[in-house]
Amino acid sequence: MSEKTADQVDAKAPSEAKKPKKNRLSGGFFRFVLTRFLLIIPTVFILVTVVFFVMRATGDPISAAQGGRLSPEELQRRIHAAGYDRPLIVQYGDYLWKLLHGDLGTTLTDNQPVSSILVHYGAATFELAILALIVALVVGIGLGRVAARHRDHASDASIRVFAILCYATPVFFLGLVLKLIFSSWLGVLPSSGRSSIDSEMQFGRLVSPTGFYIIDALQLGDMKVLGDVLQHAILPAIALGLLTAGVFIRLVRTNVISTYNSGYVEAARSRGVSEKRLLSKHAWRPALIPIITVMGMQIATMLAGAVLTETTFEWKGLGFMLSQYLKARDFVAVQGIVILIAVIVAVVNFIVDVISALIDPRVRY
Amino acid sequence: MSRGTSASSAVSLSNDERLEHLNAKKKQSWFSKLPLISELRMSVGWQRGMLITGLVITIFFVLVAIFAPVLAPYGYAQIKDANGEAFPTQSAPSAAHPWGTTVAGFDVLSRTIWGARTAVIAIIVAVLLSIFVGVLLGLVSGYFGGWIDRVLVVIADAIYSFPSLLLAILMAIVISGGQSSLWGGIFASGISITVVYIPQYFRTIRAEVMRIKESAYIESARVVGASTWRIMTKHLLKNSTRTLPVILTLNSSEAVSTLAGLGFLGFGIEPTAAAEWGYDLNRSVADVTAGIWWTAIFPGLAIVLIVLGITLVGESLNDLADPRLRARKSAAEVIGSIEDTSVDPNKSDDVALEIDGKTIDANDTSDIATAVVDDPVVPGLPNSSGAAGQYSDAQRQGDER
Repeated sequence: MSEKTADQVDAKAPSEAKKPKKNRLSGGFFRFVLTRFLLIIPTVFILVTVVFFVMRATGDPISAAQGGRLSPEELQRRIHAAGYDRPLIVQYGDYLWKLLHGDLGTTLTDNQPVSSILVHYGAATFELAILALIVALVVGIGLGRVAARHRDHASDASIRVFAILCYATPVFFLGLVLKLIFSSWLGVLPSSGRSSIDSEMQFGRLVSPTGFYIIDALQLGDMKVLGDVLQHAILPAIALGLLTAGVFIRLVRTNVISTYNSGYVEAARSRGVSEKRLLSKHAWRPALIPIITVMGMQIATMLAGAVLTETTFEWKGLGFMLSQYLKARDFVAVQGIVILIAVIVAVVNFIVDVISALIDPRVRY
Repeated sequence: MSRGTSASSAVSLSNDERLEHLNAKKKQSWFSKLPLISELRMSVGWQRGMLITGLVITIFFVLVAIFAPVLAPYGYAQIKDANGEAFPTQSAPSAAHPWGTTVAGFDVLSRTIWGARTAVIAIIVAVLLSIFVGVLLGLVSGYFGGWIDRVLVVIADAIYSFPSLLLAILMAIVISGGQSSLWGGIFASGISITVVYIPQYFRTIRAEVMRIKESAYIESARVVGASTWRIMTKHLLKNSTRTLPVILTLNSSEAVSTLAGLGFLGFGIEPTAAAEWGYDLNRSVADVTAGIWWTAIFPGLAIVLIVLGITLVGESLNDLADPRLRARKSAAEVIGSIEDTSVDPNKSDDVALEIDGKTIDANDTSDIATAVVDDPVVPGLPNSSGAAGQYSDAQRQGDER
């Protein structure tokens, strides 16, 4: 009996809570946003500090990158020139100071400013992430809703198994399998890279290339180039997208089921609203809230997945460069890329927290 | 809910053969109270199928790991047979090498089998270490609060928000400098993974502790004069580990993926030190372009299977811990619908009495007890139940007025 009253209250609660919520919005909310925003600074600071000292714990970057190739005197001279023989704390202060001015140092292997690498290759990663997100959302929301609709039936069970498979398959293995099937055996899709050499040369003619090949292809207005770019993007986007699609399927299913079972949906059903409409309108909208939240949190997963996907497909983005620099033991470059990713993740988390606080007042503390 | 109206199922109550199961288990042995066993008994239908499949796969891999020396036809780093003749490289599956050989001449079957051992050891190391540290920190942080809590939360959040693979790479660089021996490599991977997962245990335990630390029984323990240590270990720890099995299983599957990811990027274990699936996949990237499938498919499938097995277990545990997601046990459905009919306190005399009787009867069997209270509030939502309480209080006051 008491459970039922609790249900009724739950169904009523949102409308009841609306009025006091508005009052709280004015003071508490902005204070929350401000404190949460200020929290980014220690987060990034901690990460920069951790990354710096972790990387230095293995020794100075120059002997890591070029040890064995140079004579000891030459090595010593270079270490001294770069200032790596100073006390660690001085180097740290120096690094922070330069970081504040946007200077992330120069790579050791190919002598480029790290910041220009970030700009140059960041676009490729961003493009891949967006395409993968589209794949993840289409697959995740589509299948998740079907699973929720046919809860506990065969289709639900098989979709859930598919979701777990998505999650269980390492992105690089999925990438390899896709390559094997579609490029080695069927020969319909290219196995690696972002575009063919022809298109690459076309891009060279552009006055202001954005680095986003799809946008660049549209700028050229050449459909052949666009098709080529899209063909190259299909496999990586599917590999990376399915990784997160599993999470989305699970999330959509769970949330739709829980809203689908709630009092107001039952009420709407008793008013004679069709099941289809119940699912697409009544149960769907409130279920979206946690989905948006998790979508933001998946950015971190995607960035890590991008490192592996890009390595598998030789997609020349930040992740590919990261693994290249890791192999070359170029720790200055690694540090820069890792810090950039840390900042992106921190900012995304901030945005997600603000959105979820807007939606759910209980989050604010 | 959609399966027929509440009224009709209430009528069918007495004829429902599913009710038989209600009284099936009166007495429970200690055996059935073990974590996995109790969940196994609680589960029904395809959810039970999922749990059992997961358990079978997981146990299979553990067995393979234990008996790897017996099962594997060759050593993990063996490139010559007993006569000193070198294995062929990149040869297709044959009688001598059922799953073919790699570009370096390793036997794929043997390396896949030995790889199970590496994976299982890495999981154990990673999970044990991160549970120990994470739970301890979570308890301290959640119970004492204050500045310790704030500092720990900021650090944990900073680490947690970071892509786990990148963190593992950083740790691998520090611990092993990138390449290492058998145990060195396993521990390097294990500790790298640990650092990644400590924040997760920390956050979960801390949230649980924060939730239950305000509850009445902690308060009364404090009033009675229980020491902080006792409250923490006896009352908080035992009650805050409810969600731990779920995180534990999900994390062990992530540990496998992270280990493989490290190996794939070349930060795992040297091939001569131990077999590691991620490394094998790294080597097979070039093979795949040439259409050689056996070097990639087998180690890859091994990763998929072990992660799948552990995840299935974790998912099922998760579903079973959450009454909203639990596949309805027949009894739960029947009783739930009776509840629906017994809303009106004036009319509920006969039906409600029956339920009350059942509820009391069923109190000693834990699964039915939870099934009876077929309400998401049960395990850990003080918010909604608190709100409900407040609301009904307010309502009552309003009525009195």
